[in-house]
Amino acid sequence: MDDLVLARSLFGTTMGFHIIFATLGVGLPLMILVAELIYQKTKDDHYAIMAKRWTKAQAVLLGVAIPTGTIAGTQLALLWPGFMEVIGRVMSLPFQIEIYAFFVEALFMSIYVYAADRLSPAMRIVAVFFVLVGAAASAVLITNVHAFEGTPAGFKILNGKITDVDPWAAFFNPSFFITAGHVVLSAFMTGAFIVASVAAYKMIRTRKKEKVYRFHRKALLLALTIGGIFSLLTALNGHESAQMLYEYQPEKLAGAEGLFETKSHAPLAIGGFTDPNEEKVKWAIEIPWALSFLAANRFDTVVKGLNAFPRDEWPPLFIHTLFNAMVGVGMLLILYSIIGVVWRKVLKKDRFPTWLLVIFMTAGPFSLIGIEFGWIFACTGRQPWVIYHLLKTSDVVTTTGSIGVLFLFFTFVYAVLGAAVVYVLLYYFRKHPVDEDLNTAES
Amino acid sequence: MEISTDALIAISIIWGFVFIYAVMATMDFGAGFWSMIYLNKEHMKATDIANRFLSPTWEVTNVFIVAIVVALFSFFPGATFVLGTVLLIPGSMILLLLAIRSGFLVFSNTAKERKTLRYISGISGFIIPAILILVLPVTHGGFIEKTDGIYNLNMSKIFSSPNAYSFIGFAILSTLFLSSLLLADVSNVAEEQDAYRAYRKSALITGPISLLFAVCIMVTMRNEANWLYSGMMNDFSWIIASFITFVIAGIALFLPNKSFGQNIGKPRLALVAIGIQYFLASYAYGRAHLPYMIYPDVTVMSGFTEPATFRALFATYIVAFIILFPGFFFFWKMFMRDKRYIRQEE
Repeated sequence: MDDLVLARSLFGTTMGFHIIFATLGVGLPLMILVAELIYQKTKDDHYAIMAKRWTKAQAVLLGVAIPTGTIAGTQLALLWPGFMEVIGRVMSLPFQIEIYAFFVEALFMSIYVYAADRLSPAMRIVAVFFVLVGAAASAVLITNVHAFEGTPAGFKILNGKITDVDPWAAFFNPSFFITAGHVVLSAFMTGAFIVASVAAYKMIRTRKKEKVYRFHRKALLLALTIGGIFSLLTALNGHESAQMLYEYQPEKLAGAEGLFETKSHAPLAIGGFTDPNEEKVKWAIEIPWALSFLAANRFDTVVKGLNAFPRDEWPPLFIHTLFNAMVGVGMLLILYSIIGVVWRKVLKKDRFPTWLLVIFMTAGPFSLIGIEFGWIFACTGRQPWVIYHLLKTSDVVTTTGSIGVLFLFFTFVYAVLGAAVVYVLLYYFRKHPVDEDLNTAES
Repeated sequence: MEISTDALIAISIIWGFVFIYAVMATMDFGAGFWSMIYLNKEHMKATDIANRFLSPTWEVTNVFIVAIVVALFSFFPGATFVLGTVLLIPGSMILLLLAIRSGFLVFSNTAKERKTLRYISGISGFIIPAILILVLPVTHGGFIEKTDGIYNLNMSKIFSSPNAYSFIGFAILSTLFLSSLLLADVSNVAEEQDAYRAYRKSALITGPISLLFAVCIMVTMRNEANWLYSGMMNDFSWIIASFITFVIAGIALFLPNKSFGQNIGKPRLALVAIGIQYFLASYAYGRAHLPYMIYPDVTVMSGFTEPATFRALFATYIVAFIILFPGFFFFWKMFMRDKRYIRQEE
């Protein structure tokens, strides 16, 4: 394998691992804040206990999120020195401002966790609010660099030299708001559905203990409600994102939809696999005219196909599958939320059947799969470019070599950290079961 | 060579971050190490004291290393290109150790009974400063080779360099020294006499040895990076001043103590004096290092970013300082000054 493939594998593995913890690091603070607010309003101890337990989980997850984020940031300069030279000149603002957001998050996270007993209720809410602001802002800012790679702005390259640099124009590049919005909304959704999964599992295990069951049912309902709201918003925003591709990165849209011929009234292919030899998506359900309509709200919209672009600039064709899986997960999770809320609030049922809880248990893993597929789609779909139509990934990769060994080392360390974080979470929550917290609250 | 005001501001900001991180990180890694060493002597409370400092601060400390990396490629993209290329292997080693260390630090605080977790975190943290400091001699020149326009780091040359070993020794001893001194101060505020005595003793042993390694650095630098050596010697007054503050700190550790009623020192005074000592010494180093970022290829001017980008970045620094300062003050008040936190029973 050449250095480019190895460097991409290493960086992709880092991001794929980091994104799990980064997403939860944005999503869980929202759940904690909502639980704190409900507690202050209703004085129902259950919500205070939820906030406390989720905070503990969040603190443990940060133990992986922070160092892997440090790795990702530094690896950019180590693996892609040519890319970071351009970023340094043109697009360093979001990185710089992200540092300030990190500080806000780190300062208030410590204050919320280690000084909670010395804070007034209002100050606790302020502290956790700032944790959420810091976490969401870092997600927005780092995603902005990704947005810039797809829709670069604020500079020109003349004879290999960078000129006419306008850092704020680069910062407010065309896809900034939509792309960053997608990441933050889907993170809120994922944080909620992970909580839903755990609550559903615990409800199956505690069917005979009414008190504990009620606690987990409250958590499940809260999670499904928040998750439902944000998966709906993510879907609406996702539609905007696709229209953005139609306008700015047509070959990525063509790859995502498996469209080869440029045409109006283009059909939407759902599912299936793109076959480059037959130039079509095999085993897909086709909805006539739908792609044209989705791309720009008119059936006679002309959507560019892959054949309109030189073959060596095509994105990899598997992105169609990733794109479909991501959208499918989003739709499924909206359905989960509707079922859960209707069951409890409309049909007024106290008990959830086991089969339904087993289905809800898949909500968290599915959201994470959606996040992973979405990122892989977004990043591999931009290839062969690192900065769209300006700079190729192969031109910025490090010349140092020996990346294969590093790839093995990093993968090993991620495996160790992944295993240890699961072990520690299980160990801690087994040692401190909910019953204990509930009893303390009552006495 | 003329250095523009913009480049001077930028390099000063980076120097500031490096200094803050160096001090905070040595205290942080050192505290992790001591928390491991005293793990089986529970009555001394030395582990508790170390964790009470470490738990709320490690995240904030970690942000500073990211801040250094970001400030470096934002302000000096040209230097980052060279450093990024040559530091792939050592940089990756640091990152791997940092990941293990931070992860297991949090894990060991969560699953307190599992001592293996704390050993993994303590040992990996202890190694990090030793490798991290090697970035300094790498920038002194002599270790980076350029063939056909491609930069390459000669690792075997580093591992046969007395100067590099002096830096490694200095990093390890400074880690132990600064953290013992800090934890002595925390124990003093917490009125934990056993812990205080232990940390004061470590500080008295490691302090002079770290100074010895600093002298070794200067002696070996004379051969290996003479340009830097003569630059530092030209401004000898900074080094003298730095030595005086070291002596003051030493004396402070033998002054009468208010809580324990004997002549066993005023740790706060010693800590402040040592902070000033490291500040003066690293100022002397940084000043002599100019105008080179990486000797002799990259200067602060040749690697500097676009003027428009610099102005935008600088504006964000000012806004951020105004916004973040109250946050830092509140944080310091909650954890470093509030005796309810420092004296708490676990």
